[in-house]
Amino acid sequence: MATIGVNELVRLDGVALGYEGLVALRDVNLRIEPGELIGIVGPSGSGKTTLLRALLGQTEIYAGDALVADNTRVGYVPQVETVDWNFPITVEQVVLLGRWRTRRWLPWVTRSDHDRAHEVMEQLGIAEFAHRPIRALSGGQQQRSFLGRALVGSPDLLLLDEPTSGVDIKTRHEILHQLVELNAASVTVVLTTHDLNGVASHLPRLIALGEETVLADGPPSKVLQPDVLERAYGQPMLVVRSGHETYVLPVPEEAPGAHEGDAVPLGEVEVIAAPDHDDA
Amino acid sequence: MLEPFEFGFMQRAMVAAALVGGVTAAVGVFVILRRLAYIGHGLAHSIFGGAVVSFTLGINFFLGASIWGAFSVFLINQAARRRQIGGDAAIGIITTAAFAIGIAVISRARSFTRDFEAALFGEILGITSQDLWMTAGMVLLISVVLFLFWKQLVFITFDQDVATSYGIPVRWVEAIFSLVLAATVVAALQVLGVTLIAAALVIPPVVARMLTDSFPRMFLIAVALGAVTGFIGVYVSWFVDVSSGATVVLVQAAVFALTLLWGAIESRRGRSATRRAERLAGLERALND
Repeated sequence: MATIGVNELVRLDGVALGYEGLVALRDVNLRIEPGELIGIVGPSGSGKTTLLRALLGQTEIYAGDALVADNTRVGYVPQVETVDWNFPITVEQVVLLGRWRTRRWLPWVTRSDHDRAHEVMEQLGIAEFAHRPIRALSGGQQQRSFLGRALVGSPDLLLLDEPTSGVDIKTRHEILHQLVELNAASVTVVLTTHDLNGVASHLPRLIALGEETVLADGPPSKVLQPDVLERAYGQPMLVVRSGHETYVLPVPEEAPGAHEGDAVPLGEVEVIAAPDHDDA
Repeated sequence: MLEPFEFGFMQRAMVAAALVGGVTAAVGVFVILRRLAYIGHGLAHSIFGGAVVSFTLGINFFLGASIWGAFSVFLINQAARRRQIGGDAAIGIITTAAFAIGIAVISRARSFTRDFEAALFGEILGITSQDLWMTAGMVLLISVVLFLFWKQLVFITFDQDVATSYGIPVRWVEAIFSLVLAATVVAALQVLGVTLIAAALVIPPVVARMLTDSFPRMFLIAVALGAVTGFIGVYVSWFVDVSSGATVVLVQAAVFALTLLWGAIESRRGRSATRRAERLAGLERALND
């Protein structure tokens, strides 16, 4: 019988998983160590959310071994699209839901639950909205509220499904910054993202999904490769590096034969508008 | 004005209506937020079948109807899990079939017609002290279960996906809630009758939802509204000489209409205030320019 290693939080060995008898991912081999920050990338329907749910124990396992270390507290932030916005609930009440595990059969919340919730809301910068209905907040504030619900239970493993979808660039940056800070405070973070340039390329480890399996696993320099991306997305992609930044672009129609190291005719770059740095 | 309070049957009826109005509203809060209004309506019809069979077999009404309701809920859950059927169709098929069994039994044993009419339209004025104690007992039991499973029910109703990931036994809690719903319908059957239960389950929570954006507040408003409209409905029925169950629902519908009207006026006021503020801001800009 397979066992999980001392320095492992999650271990999937040759796992086939899915729902209702339908296999979504097969031959998945994965190790997650405490303190990692991982992004799962791939096109829609490639199994990103399914893999995240497998870590939550919410999928069926048809083959292999899926193990999560004992006593691992897991926090989960779903896609905001799945939330019922008609439900009358305030930010504070949403965050307090995350304390469910602390006193399971006590019907009410305690003073310590309140204190912990306010501590987390302060940390995430949403304390001032505590008594506002969640549907009245902006996308970024809503996302932070759900992050608060996940954090209030002091998780060891934080799973986030598309945490930056539908938010503006500034909010995306703030959310990523918060996740990096949490990770620095030894929370293991696994997130899914569609955003290869704004999110994935900045993470230390990526897992690329496609063809019903894991196509690549490692740092962005290894995973964001044209061959991996073409297999995942089914179309040729350009990977452009500028200093430490990596950008993934669809191959322009006029340059279908572009190869690694080619000077690609992307056209002239024109600065349409720039910030005014005139401090005078 | 105090005339209705002089009669024992009216006192019992007003207390029963307040108890049932409060508890149906409490359960109804979860029903409407989970978009299950249709199951309340369906279960009421299904339990009517149970009531009829209980009468025929000589079983205690509450016991027979509760078992029938619980069995219907079990069948609905089993059928709804099959993808090809789905929840709505499962409710439609099972509750209508259970209702049809009741009708079939009626057509074979016409001597029970009066009792069945009472189950269909409610007979609150005929409530005995024993009925009232039974109703109070069921209301207490339902309240205790709601209290014990409060956090789980709120979590599942708001975000079932995440509730599952937090280790909440969603299927068990849903099954318990279904039984609570069935028990609520049974408790309300004698007061309101099959045909009016759905309204009592839905109207107070909907009105409360229109008045607040906080879940605990919505719950309290709905329960208070359900209890007060139940009491007032029976009280008013004495003077207008209309069926008590129907009067309770009509009072609730009137409160709903007034809330809707008030909401429309408030929204219009809000729009006017915004327009005034915009006009003032425009004037100020023009003056500054």
